[in-house]
Amino acid sequence: MNSIKNIFQIKNSNVLSIYFTAGFPNLEDTTSVIQELEKAAVDFIEVGLPYSDPLADGPTIQNSSQKALQNGINLDIVFDQLMTIKNTNKTPLVLMGYLNQMLKYGEDKFCQKVVDCGIDTVILPDLPMVEYENHYQQLFEKYGIKNVFLITPQTIEERIKKIDSYSKSFIYMVASSSITGAKGEISQQQIDYFERIKSMNLKSNLVIGFGISDHKTFSKACEYSNGAIIGSAFINFIEEKGIYKIGEFISSIRNN
Amino acid sequence: MKSKFQPDKNGYFGRFGGAFIPELLYPNVKELEDNYIQIIESNEFQKEYKSLLKDFVGRPSPLYFAKRLSEKYGAQIYLKREDLNHTGAHKINNTVGQILIAQNLGKTKIIAETGAGQHGVATATVCALMGLECTVFMGEKDIVRQAPNVARMKMLGAKVVPATSGSKTLKDATNEAIRYWIQHPETFYLIGSVVGPHPHPDMVARLQAVISEEMKWQLKEKTGNENPDTIIACVGGGSNAAGAFYHYMDDEEVELIAVEAAGLGVNSGESAATSQLGQVGIIHGSKTILMQDEYGQIVEPYSISAGLDYPGVGPLHAFLFESGRAKFMNATDKEALDAAFELTKIEGIIPALETAHALAVLPKMTLRKDQVIVINLSGRGDKDLEIFVKHLEK
Repeated sequence: MNSIKNIFQIKNSNVLSIYFTAGFPNLEDTTSVIQELEKAAVDFIEVGLPYSDPLADGPTIQNSSQKALQNGINLDIVFDQLMTIKNTNKTPLVLMGYLNQMLKYGEDKFCQKVVDCGIDTVILPDLPMVEYENHYQQLFEKYGIKNVFLITPQTIEERIKKIDSYSKSFIYMVASSSITGAKGEISQQQIDYFERIKSMNLKSNLVIGFGISDHKTFSKACEYSNGAIIGSAFINFIEEKGIYKIGEFISSIRNN
Repeated sequence: MKSKFQPDKNGYFGRFGGAFIPELLYPNVKELEDNYIQIIESNEFQKEYKSLLKDFVGRPSPLYFAKRLSEKYGAQIYLKREDLNHTGAHKINNTVGQILIAQNLGKTKIIAETGAGQHGVATATVCALMGLECTVFMGEKDIVRQAPNVARMKMLGAKVVPATSGSKTLKDATNEAIRYWIQHPETFYLIGSVVGPHPHPDMVARLQAVISEEMKWQLKEKTGNENPDTIIACVGGGSNAAGAFYHYMDDEEVELIAVEAAGLGVNSGESAATSQLGQVGIIHGSKTILMQDEYGQIVEPYSISAGLDYPGVGPLHAFLFESGRAKFMNATDKEALDAAFELTKIEGIIPALETAHALAVLPKMTLRKDQVIVINLSGRGDKDLEIFVKHLEK
């Protein structure tokens, strides 16, 4: 089974993924947010594992992570929450966290729990390629877990090709040299970069994230990729409007 | 023969080190990794570095025999006077070296993190010297407790950006510096300690190694033997200890003592004694020992001393600790304050609060009359006067 890859077989453009922070706004909201997102028919969901020191994240995700931790969230609770919806939720989930969380929890124990929850894809932004090659590739393969690699405007072609060969679900294309968070517009410089990557004709599906926040940026990103991920803008929305208006947000992105 | 205390090709000291960085930082770190040794070992760099250390920093720093302190503790105690360096601490050795590396790589914008402000001042100083733009990230809490250094940085033309996340101290200043670096990949991150992703820990250790290089000939002159029995240095991230230990790490006969900040007591819940309270984990791009909870969330440390208020320790120190090569001791806020007052009264030297932790282990040690001890007097205490005065009034 490779639930994320299946999505791209059914639909290879305009794939919409939403990132949210587990245990935010309230500890028990994790499953409700997933259910609301499923009702709104998003294509896949990234469940953020709140971390004390998220180096690649901007203020919005830093704050939601801090609040979730204050709510008392931890990895055991997240896994318990995900277990309760394992049989009802049909929208594929991806876990996104930082390497130290897996390291401290126990690498094998972490992988087993991921699999138990019916998840097969993880994103660990601070897991470097060399560590993946030396150790984590073997660990993940043992559990059938796929690792998502990031590429950025500075990633050189040779490295992108290597990442393409390692990728079994999709490549996370970071939209600009930035941490997570809304930027408003997509610049010509970014479009040049998107075009450059698109013209490489990689075998992997491409999903663009970081700075995608609304219908305009989402559809622009989708012109050059298979889909896009929205995180901070969604978190800001549920913080302001609550989790039961999620459908409105998703409609505004798809503009339907 | 290659020392086992040098990192391997992936930047590991034993099982500690590496470069756990988001892909966004990979090109920057790779560029430095590919070039730093070649630059440091070049004649051109060595000539400029040595010349600046001599004429701008004021090196060699004296190795001073502390007669009254020696009498009091019944040992032969020498103080390596890094406090007499320009800007008042060992930090400038590293910033002089790194600014030359930055220039060699064609970088014109410099960023840095700072705890006590000594590294921030040392960075702002070399940026002023070279006419480069300087931005320093500093925890909001540290901006208050080390106000004189904030004023110095501003006078030197640096922009001081408060880090308002987490504990608002050194850890958070480092997070903010790294986040800024991700967003401005054209900048050079002039890191202040032997922490961060490879090659930063090794690069900083090499640039601080001048401390132990001088100790060798100074001790030879004064005692007839270039090896002391014991070297004592305080450890936050660990740069002054790395410099003081560097040329002695392979000489097993030299006892190395690293002193961490125990804050209100190792088990008080208000401490920064990483080796005692930490486990293996990843912080600021390096696998090392760090203070964390059972889910890997980084614990907020505490020390009266802003320079030691850090939940991790450099990967070299994690290796020195785990391999038993260095002995790790600690001192509380109170013990450090007492040691600072003692040195001031009997030797006429006001040490930095960080440095005072190294002095504070003397009463806890069993010493021999002929034991030659070098204490790395990493910095001066001017910046801590407000805290000292408060203590004086008690």
